[in-house]
Amino acid sequence: MTTKMFGAKVARVEDQRFLRGQGRYVDDLLTDDPRLLHSAVLRSPHAHARIVDIDVSDVLDLEGVIAVWTWDDLTGPMAEPLPLLIPHPTLTHGRTQYALARDEVNYVGEAIAFVVAVDRYVAEDAVSRIRVDYEFLKPVVGIAAARAAANAVHDDVPDNVGARMEQENGDARAAIATAPHTLTLDLDVERSACTPMEGRGTVARWDPDTSRLTVWSSTQTSTGVRGCVAAKLGLDLAKVDVVTPDVGGGFGVKINHPWPEELLVPLAAMTLGRPVKFTEDRREHFISSAHERAQQHHVEVGFDDDGRVLGLNVEFWHDHGAYTPYGLIVPIITSTQLLGPYKPANYRVVFESLYTNTVIVTPYRGAGRPQGCFVMERTMDAISAYLGKDRTEVRATNFIQPDEFPYEHGLVFQDGRELTYDSGDYPASLVKLKELVGWDEFEDFRAEMAAQGRKVGIGLACYVEGTGVGPYEGAHVHIETSGKVKVATGLTTQGQGHQTAFAQIVADTLGVRFEDVEITTGDTRKMPYAVGTFASRAAVMSGSAIHLAALRAKEKALRIAAEALEASEDDLEIADGVVSVRGTDASAGTRIDLGTVAVLSNPLRYAFDEASKAATQFSVGDPGKPPVAEDDEPGLEGKDFYSPPRSTFANGMHAVIVETDPDTAEIKILKYAVVHDCGNLINPMIVEGQIHGGVAQGVGGALYERMAYDESGQLLNASFMDFLMPYATEVPTSIDIDHLETPSPLNPLGIKGAGEAGVIPSAAVFAAAIEDAEGFPIMSMPISPSELFELRLAHADEPHPLTEESA
Amino acid sequence: MTTEQLHDVRLHVNGSVHEVQVPARRLLSDALRHDCGLTGTHVGCEHGVCGACTVLVDGTPMRSCLMLAVSAVDAEITTVEGLTEDDGTAQGRLSPVQQAFSDCHGLQCGFCTPGFLTTITAGLRETPDPTEDEAREMIAGNLCRCTGYQNIVKSVLRASEIVAERERGEA
Ligand code: FES
Ligand code: FES
Repeated sequence: MTTKMFGAKVARVEDQRFLRGQGRYVDDLLTDDPRLLHSAVLRSPHAHARIVDIDVSDVLDLEGVIAVWTWDDLTGPMAEPLPLLIPHPTLTHGRTQYALARDEVNYVGEAIAFVVAVDRYVAEDAVSRIRVDYEFLKPVVGIAAARAAANAVHDDVPDNVGARMEQENGDARAAIATAPHTLTLDLDVERSACTPMEGRGTVARWDPDTSRLTVWSSTQTSTGVRGCVAAKLGLDLAKVDVVTPDVGGGFGVKINHPWPEELLVPLAAMTLGRPVKFTEDRREHFISSAHERAQQHHVEVGFDDDGRVLGLNVEFWHDHGAYTPYGLIVPIITSTQLLGPYKPANYRVVFESLYTNTVIVTPYRGAGRPQGCFVMERTMDAISAYLGKDRTEVRATNFIQPDEFPYEHGLVFQDGRELTYDSGDYPASLVKLKELVGWDEFEDFRAEMAAQGRKVGIGLACYVEGTGVGPYEGAHVHIETSGKVKVATGLTTQGQGHQTAFAQIVADTLGVRFEDVEITTGDTRKMPYAVGTFASRAAVMSGSAIHLAALRAKEKALRIAAEALEASEDDLEIADGVVSVRGTDASAGTRIDLGTVAVLSNPLRYAFDEASKAATQFSVGDPGKPPVAEDDEPGLEGKDFYSPPRSTFANGMHAVIVETDPDTAEIKILKYAVVHDCGNLINPMIVEGQIHGGVAQGVGGALYERMAYDESGQLLNASFMDFLMPYATEVPTSIDIDHLETPSPLNPLGIKGAGEAGVIPSAAVFAAAIEDAEGFPIMSMPISPSELFELRLAHADEPHPLTEESA
Repeated sequence: MTTEQLHDVRLHVNGSVHEVQVPARRLLSDALRHDCGLTGTHVGCEHGVCGACTVLVDGTPMRSCLMLAVSAVDAEITTVEGLTEDDGTAQGRLSPVQQAFSDCHGLQCGFCTPGFLTTITAGLRETPDPTEDEAREMIAGNLCRCTGYQNIVKSVLRASEIVAERERGEA
């Protein structure tokens, strides 16, 4: 009996090369190629300016400099604006930048010139010799300035509004007007960013012998980059290969494409006939790679005595930075996913997406959901406080019930499909969470702490996450004559353990040893049809496609094996890479290796090795028939695609207990609990790792990280010294995790995505716990100790509701 | 423009000698990666904060992005590639710290990992049997964006066990 791999905590296969320093991240490639050239980018030092003149005359004098490009040197599609990747009808004023700024720069960090030299040091020297004359324009920084619209980011975009979008289910305003109770809240979230440890990177090599361009990029979408490179450089798609080897974290920022450098590097490689590399440094990452999160929200809610939401009307403003290459995905997600596990009787949402003279905004892990969750959960807490009810009770009153799935919200989701939840059991999750964090015992704990002069608070937050968005992913499974199974899927990997999780699926579906399966991701040579790794879609999409492709390979294996063993296909089973007649012992004639089946699947003319000797046209087949039948093809392979009708909806709840320091207002995490439902778990170890990582990013987003722009649009904290990301000392020392598995009915494996969940409720859950500890409302995140201190001063005259009660 | 002066530098890395010619300003991290081809050492910030580039210089963890290659001439450098133990195989056996990371899922994208591995290798020499707090302290200067650190702390504790097990000849 072979052990089932699906659901097991299998150790990751990719770790072996990572642990030995044998990973291949983009900057590790071609290091021993003496022809390799390096590049650097001149970036705008100003947030908003017209370029009057660029003088590059000093650049080429510098020894080691090979070439320099400005917009004037670009031709054809390269001289046009970069693509608007996800157009949406309500994005009425979409704008994208040029690969190199044409005559205006709109954020500090925008690419202006591109230098190629023998090494990066020299390229940077050269960049500093470029002289640019600017005519300064008034920068628009922050949502307030964008809304005030005293200045415009783009002359032809009135009031800085790129898009305005509204959705409504029922009549929210009427319901609020007649509701027994109403509240209004203003809720803000600041900018943060993915900041993976590896920045962006691209290497390109043009091969004149084969007229092919190979591009290696640290991207979340190889096929997307391939399409863009081909279109912009005027190459046939068939001439371009994009390969994504190991990627040092992505979290969303590497899905935007093409970055200017992803086009400039291949352009330079083709022009110069030498391989060219670009590796982003940390400061560049801060000022030229995408950010996210900044939004302001205004909420009106009407509810009854039980806290049931009768009408919810949300207006919000989204800061999308200087350009909109990735469309409206983030605010659309906020607008739909803020509903979480609840079903307000009437819901209206409207947002404006605004231009500012700051770095572009594209999805960052959670993608608009942390803000949505913050809005909804703060609203739930406000209702609870207003009615004097337990916060879990008010939530339970508003939950969609287990027998109500599939649940239609009457809205359109980010993928253009109906917002319909597939499955879940929110009341069961809540029971688990209360248990895990000790919700009912907390007041005793609070009293105990208070007796020691310590102030603690508890908070919880619930979310639902649309995962596994389409349109599709595919997979190719090839069983080699050695019995080894080579699998390719097109989406990329950034550390999520795809090679392990996908191999687990293949091992079970096909009946082969886990060790015999090798997974390739993100290589357009092996799977040219793919979308990418984002929106917690890899396991759902490629996992399902791999399962389907493995089934096809299995079908064929059984058919061929049945012939060879003179048995019925129905009587055969595959285990450990051996096909055997069910119920027979290992005696001859009832078993055949998959490798041998692969040999039989491919009638050969030439005997190039022992295995192939057995497959030559003289050794196999019926001489009365063609060696390959009309409806068949040689080889033991399976290929298939998975395309879901709509997203699948994972869900979860977090709770945290914090202690706030009475003097310093520091916030300490005492306990963190997670209940998580992503359907069937492929590898619980990997899922828990994803939760840990998500929680850490959430802690960062809630307590530390913010992009500190000054009013002239300079990012004041563009280094790890100043932009605070959590170290081991800032995250919860342990996280209690409980899983609920409500399988998704939408895919063959019953899985839902898990990649982003950990980060979604953080701002909400910390705000709730801090509010509970302090006794005054927390409406804006992140919150630093000094901000908490200021809030304490502002609320100093109010009685603390909790001390009042216990007095 | 005058040619930048190059210096002949002998780097002793992982028991081998690398003769490289580099300008005085070349960072040790770049020399290791691009001149010696030892790309296991990663660069995450180039300003000494993230710890990804940590290597051992005469056994002490150093940020190779804050050191010039010319200043490492007389030192014995160990990078992640040099951590495995010789067991007669081409690949070598994973060191206790490497093995512990695999056992405890202490890595995801693996980019920060070499810096953690070198840091902990040195840390365990100083504190062979750390408490959980000491384990956390040991890695408190390294950034990881993926793992949330809980499993890295576990890895430190597990590594200390493996060292002991191997000393007792159990593993
Ligand atoms: S790269 Fe050296 S400390 Fe970050
Ligand atoms: S594992 Fe990705 S940064 Fe640490």
